[in-house]
Amino acid sequence: MADFTQIIETLIAGDSGALEGLVKKALDDKLAAKEVLNDGLIKGMDIIGEKMQSGDMFIPEVLRSANAMSSALELLRPLLSDEDMSVSGKVVIGTVKGDLHDIGKNLVKMMLETAGFEVIDLGVDVEPKSFVDAVKENKMNVLALSALLTTTMPVMKQTVDAITEAGLRNDVKILVGGAPVTPQYADQIGADGYAADAGSATLLLKKLMG
Amino acid sequence: MLIVGELINASRKAIAAAVEARDRDVIQKIARDQVEAGADYVDVNAGVFLEREPEYLEWLVKTVQSAVKCPCCIDSPDPKAIEAAVAVHDGTAMINSISLEKERLDKLLPLLAGTDLKVVALCMSDEGMPETANARMAIADRLVNALVQKNVSIENIHVDPLVQPISTNILFGVEFVDTIERMGASYDGIHTLCGLSNISFGLPKRHLLNQTFVSMAIAKGLDGAIVNPLDKRMMANIIAAEALAGRDEYCTEYLAAYRAGLFGV
Repeated sequence: MADFTQIIETLIAGDSGALEGLVKKALDDKLAAKEVLNDGLIKGMDIIGEKMQSGDMFIPEVLRSANAMSSALELLRPLLSDEDMSVSGKVVIGTVKGDLHDIGKNLVKMMLETAGFEVIDLGVDVEPKSFVDAVKENKMNVLALSALLTTTMPVMKQTVDAITEAGLRNDVKILVGGAPVTPQYADQIGADGYAADAGSATLLLKKLMG
Repeated sequence: MLIVGELINASRKAIAAAVEARDRDVIQKIARDQVEAGADYVDVNAGVFLEREPEYLEWLVKTVQSAVKCPCCIDSPDPKAIEAAVAVHDGTAMINSISLEKERLDKLLPLLAGTDLKVVALCMSDEGMPETANARMAIADRLVNALVQKNVSIENIHVDPLVQPISTNILFGVEFVDTIERMGASYDGIHTLCGLSNISFGLPKRHLLNQTFVSMAIAKGLDGAIVNPLDKRMMANIIAAEALAGRDEYCTEYLAAYRAGLFGV
């Protein structure tokens, strides 16, 4: 396997220009685009996710790295198939009905995309039925729910129930998060997991997806 | 500077426990401590209790007011709970908050109409979070006019331009303080009020950012804050900023705070 240390370090440093240069060089050296993606960029974002979880990296730095990754990805995109691009899973994400907060959700979405997940973002104030429809129509295998208000947490339960009623519960992993949400609440409502931040969410989902 | 003491919030474990146990002593002590430290209003929030919120919010108002003379800042997203709490409140309360979100606006306007209640007007609408000063002003415009048309006086309106974290967009601090400045220029006699800690979400050493932020906002005209009054450094910062902004004649407050030992040894 080729050595992607420099690509990984440059990604962690968030240097877009330098990263693009390194990716171009890798392609010129005839390395496979898929390898550069998985063993370089996605591996780098995994490390960033861990650092975010452990408090060694902070949100603005993670955003900077994600932006660098996006630029680098544009160089690889023409050489990658659809399956190559979404290796990790297919996620529907949204903030539940009655809640307009989206900063956390957007961070999770960004981290998941850079970790190789395909993400459909339904936005904020999303009805349980919209989540069900999105999962069904797009054959998604992950549902990620966000809520910042204690008053909208019950809608998470309604959404999980709607998924079960639609006969989809075994087809999706359900992840919940947001400031008032707890692991206990996640268990209570029958979710598969809880994450406290975007870094942990990414790591947990990768584990859940096997 | 209007200080709203933020500590009696049931999302804090100790407060939730005290509320559920109906522990008057705990609540009353925190209310007294906050007022002694300079709070003009005591915020009460029982939002975590969902259906039981109106009952608990009423209890909090009565308990706080049996200990301190100052009014409560009734903090809830539920108009039903607000109504119940206002009914038992002695004197003129502050309602935290109203916004352009249709349900909130429709249910709270009748409660506020023609009264002397103070109200925090949050720059939020059903369209989601405003990102720029312009977007905030557009919301504020409609919201302030909706209130004024229902005979709420401008002096009773405390606009909260919505604090968002700079960790996600480095311009969120600037958009906020610009809005504060424009509010003052657009509406004679209006007030502004906000909680500060959102600004530093996701970054280390949050108190450093929170304190610097309050100084910048005060310089642009912020005249109210929802804070922990027991945080001496924050209170010292606010007092210094007010003096520097020209709002402390003869540096009276600053010197009083100094003599009271607020600035440390």
